Amino acid sequence: MLSMLMRRSALGLITVWLVSIIIFIGVEILPGDACTAFLEREAQGLLLENCRRDLGLDRPAWMRYGEWAANALSGNLGVSPDGQRQISELVGYRLRNTLLLASGAILCGIPLALFLGIVAALWRDRPFDIIVSTTAIAAMTIPEFVSATLLILIFSVWLGWVPGIVLTSSNAPLAEFFPEVLLPIAVLTLVMTAHILRTVRSSVIETLASDYAQMAILKGVPYWQMVIRHVLPNALLPTINVVALTIAWLLGGVVVIETVFNYPGLGRMMIDSISDRDLPVTQAIALIIASVYVGVNLLADLLTMVANPRLRTAHLRGK
Amino acid sequence: MTTPPKSNGPIVAVDGLSVGFRSRAGAWLPVLRDITLSVGAGESIGLVGESGSGKSTLALAMMGYLKTGLHVLGGRVDFSGIDMFAQDRQSLEKVRGGRLALIPQNSGQSLAPNLRVGAQIGEALRLHSALPEARHAARVLDLLTQVRLPDPASIARRYPHELSGGQQQRVAIAMALAGEPEALLLDEPTTGLDVTTQAHILELLRDLARETGLAMVYVSHDLGAIAHVCDRVAVMYAGEVVLEGTAAQVLRDPSHPYARGLLASIPKLSDVCLPRALDGRPPPPGGAGDGCAFVARCAIATERCMVERPDLSRLADGAKTRCHLPQQVRSIPLSGEHNAQRRQLPVELSLSLEDLAISYARIGLLERLTGRDTAKVATVEGIDIVLRQGETLGLVGESGSGKSTILKSIAGLLPPLHGQIALRGQDDLPPRVEDRCAKHLRDVQLIFQNPDESLNPRQTIAQILAQPLKLYFGLSGQALIARTTALLAQVRLGAHYLDRLPSQLSGGEKQRVAVARAFAAQPVLVLCDEITSALDVSVQAAVLELLDDLRRENGTSYIFVSHDLAVVKALSDRVAVLYQGRLCEIGPTVDVYGPTAHPYTEVLLGAVLEPDPDFVPSLSASDVVELSPPACGCPFQRRCPKRLGAICDQTEPPPRTFATGHTIWCHRDDLAAPLFS
Repeated sequence: MLSMLMRRSALGLITVWLVSIIIFIGVEILPGDACTAFLEREAQGLLLENCRRDLGLDRPAWMRYGEWAANALSGNLGVSPDGQRQISELVGYRLRNTLLLASGAILCGIPLALFLGIVAALWRDRPFDIIVSTTAIAAMTIPEFVSATLLILIFSVWLGWVPGIVLTSSNAPLAEFFPEVLLPIAVLTLVMTAHILRTVRSSVIETLASDYAQMAILKGVPYWQMVIRHVLPNALLPTINVVALTIAWLLGGVVVIETVFNYPGLGRMMIDSISDRDLPVTQAIALIIASVYVGVNLLADLLTMVANPRLRTAHLRGK
Repeated sequence: MTTPPKSNGPIVAVDGLSVGFRSRAGAWLPVLRDITLSVGAGESIGLVGESGSGKSTLALAMMGYLKTGLHVLGGRVDFSGIDMFAQDRQSLEKVRGGRLALIPQNSGQSLAPNLRVGAQIGEALRLHSALPEARHAARVLDLLTQVRLPDPASIARRYPHELSGGQQQRVAIAMALAGEPEALLLDEPTTGLDVTTQAHILELLRDLARETGLAMVYVSHDLGAIAHVCDRVAVMYAGEVVLEGTAAQVLRDPSHPYARGLLASIPKLSDVCLPRALDGRPPPPGGAGDGCAFVARCAIATERCMVERPDLSRLADGAKTRCHLPQQVRSIPLSGEHNAQRRQLPVELSLSLEDLAISYARIGLLERLTGRDTAKVATVEGIDIVLRQGETLGLVGESGSGKSTILKSIAGLLPPLHGQIALRGQDDLPPRVEDRCAKHLRDVQLIFQNPDESLNPRQTIAQILAQPLKLYFGLSGQALIARTTALLAQVRLGAHYLDRLPSQLSGGEKQRVAVARAFAAQPVLVLCDEITSALDVSVQAAVLELLDDLRRENGTSYIFVSHDLAVVKALSDRVAVLYQGRLCEIGPTVDVYGPTAHPYTEVLLGAVLEPDPDFVPSLSASDVVELSPPACGCPFQRRCPKRLGAICDQTEPPPRTFATGHTIWCHRDDLAAPLFS
């Protein structure tokens, strides 16, 4: 298993490395660079050349990539061209805010999805299941900005319980995000619950129809024992990966939601950086998102491997 | 151990039971019709029939269990006086797995993959045993010993997927025995197991029945297994019991046309002919009409059979049959027609394999970088086989013997480590299918075991058959249609099948389409990989007949892989016996199945069960599954009942060739022992 773990981690690192190259190339082929952005209209002739020399932009791309990558490895994501501030500091706050949003959604969404999915599967085709399944499909199909707008309309405009927009600055203490953060969390919870719930439901239904579930019944195992010992452990294995994907999506910055609520998270920062041609920031965020994706999926695979006796013991029999 | 009070009546009594489901139109369609059956204490009764006959549904109904969608339409099931369909969940839970236990068809899938097998047996003890909790662990080991599993302590700690099929089946039996049952229901318990494993499991069940006085209901399509285990047999057809009697009455000279057809369609080792196919298929649920359900396939049906459903009536000898014409039934033959004597084959070569060695182990990047020792024992080694045109070579051996591996290699799907594959004696085939030219691809066709997986479900039969015709012959338009129709006719299917999808065909029809697709290429060689294993016996007989006809018409050679020695015997000119990827024996069929045989062939043949209640298999070797061949010496050394000694372990056995071209790789020179004594 250790060798498996090492191989998977190595593959993950290679993926991140490849992604970093793609990001660098992508930014490289965009017209303009930090100097044209900084100098704006005066970006020509000697001034531009001097600026490029100062920032080292006249060196070949592979050298700059090497420097950028080496700095990124040591946590130094470069300096923003405008305020001369450390990008890592700017991004750090945004990452924290996104984490707040994501962890709120994860803490509400996963238990809710598991509970609703399992109950809907056990009560398949009964009114509860029909209501839950229909709601889930609705939650998945209605675009997030529509459901977000609806929730704002209901909870802040009509009922006036929570503010409909976040005005807290990005580096404020976390406590100041309450209660504004609750509405975006609610929207995200809705969407992710719907996704996970549907996987859980179909996986539990499939497992209930399995030969071993039928065998458990015919062996005289009481219903709830059958569900808890024989069905759920096997049914929930495939949901690990779906949960991981959803978490990666949440941490990767949920652009639409952050924009609707004016939430100072990673996603909005990325959009802003792209429209401002703030390329080092774009690169930094893209790298973070890629790492999160790889990391979370790696974690999910490892978890599946630990939880599944088939995978756990496969290597023992191999050689 | 407490024995519950035994009444004098039957343990399981099924009385007028009908079970059905509601169709989309709202009508009730019966799956079981008016079944009356009883099983007494210590009695074992066999339920036989083809797939869809309702035999498994009946067995599960005896536990008060119906699959989703099925409902009781009438009648009742009593288990020692308890009406099983009138019980609440809790009292059913007490009976199920306790006094009445099930051994499922596919133990590999019926054991929960997340629990160690010891824990699963322990669960049955916890639910049904009076033993104090502290003694459960010891009892689990007792049970595993009782089902003759070696090293029970280690087995108990394993997960189901870490056991072989035979071991999983034994665990399922141990689990059923944990509740100290009065009756066991066995739902195809040996289907999918190797012959040797099957024979050992059945031996175990027979002994258990004798020791414990268990009543058994044994569901199977395998008349050989039924003959070996059961006192009484009930034959089911289209949800009805059509014949019931003692094993001898039902299996020797049955008085129902369906039972006779079924018997005739089974290939038997004692036969020297192809089995006789039973044409047609059973009516769908609710489609039986007013008359006899079997009327459409019956050779002796009369006017009366069309309109009047026969009752299950008692005959003079005590057997019960559901037939209007029990006197005329005897005119239906019980075996196939006898083949002509040995065929004269042309001398032209079709395929030659020279010193073929195949390994699944691939050298990974990591191994290459680290330069780790990659020398492994090959999965298949030393295969020298020559096949003449029009010849059928049977490949037999237990699972893992390398039969399918050799086919894959010939087809180019698995390049060999070394060795030559040549067509027509001189035309060397490139090892990889990607490197083969269209002509080579055309010449070698492969038919797979499961037509459900080998036919594209989204393509019509016409599209499926057109592909090879377009690819190899560039046919189009009218010529293409004419050829596809002709191909269908060759496999005895009408032109109206052209527009159907595979899902609209029965298993046998699908396999015929797969055969037609192979023959569309006009191949020199057709590789058949267990192509009849997933089919009912009556359908299997039809496919075998078809292959035989096509060979006669086209002069094609076959390599026919099967675990069923009787099927291989029926079709093959020559047979090769493989163990652990090494040849044990190869020669003309009559010689390989004759008295002079390799010890392994003898073990295999001894485990075959004939559908005859007096037939006793001879089990001469253990059914232990070996995962890899020994490092040196004879591959069969560890299981051989005729082992000589150190020479078998150290020296590879030399080939010994007899006058008929029969070669045996064995150190013994006294192999002419009579097989059937």
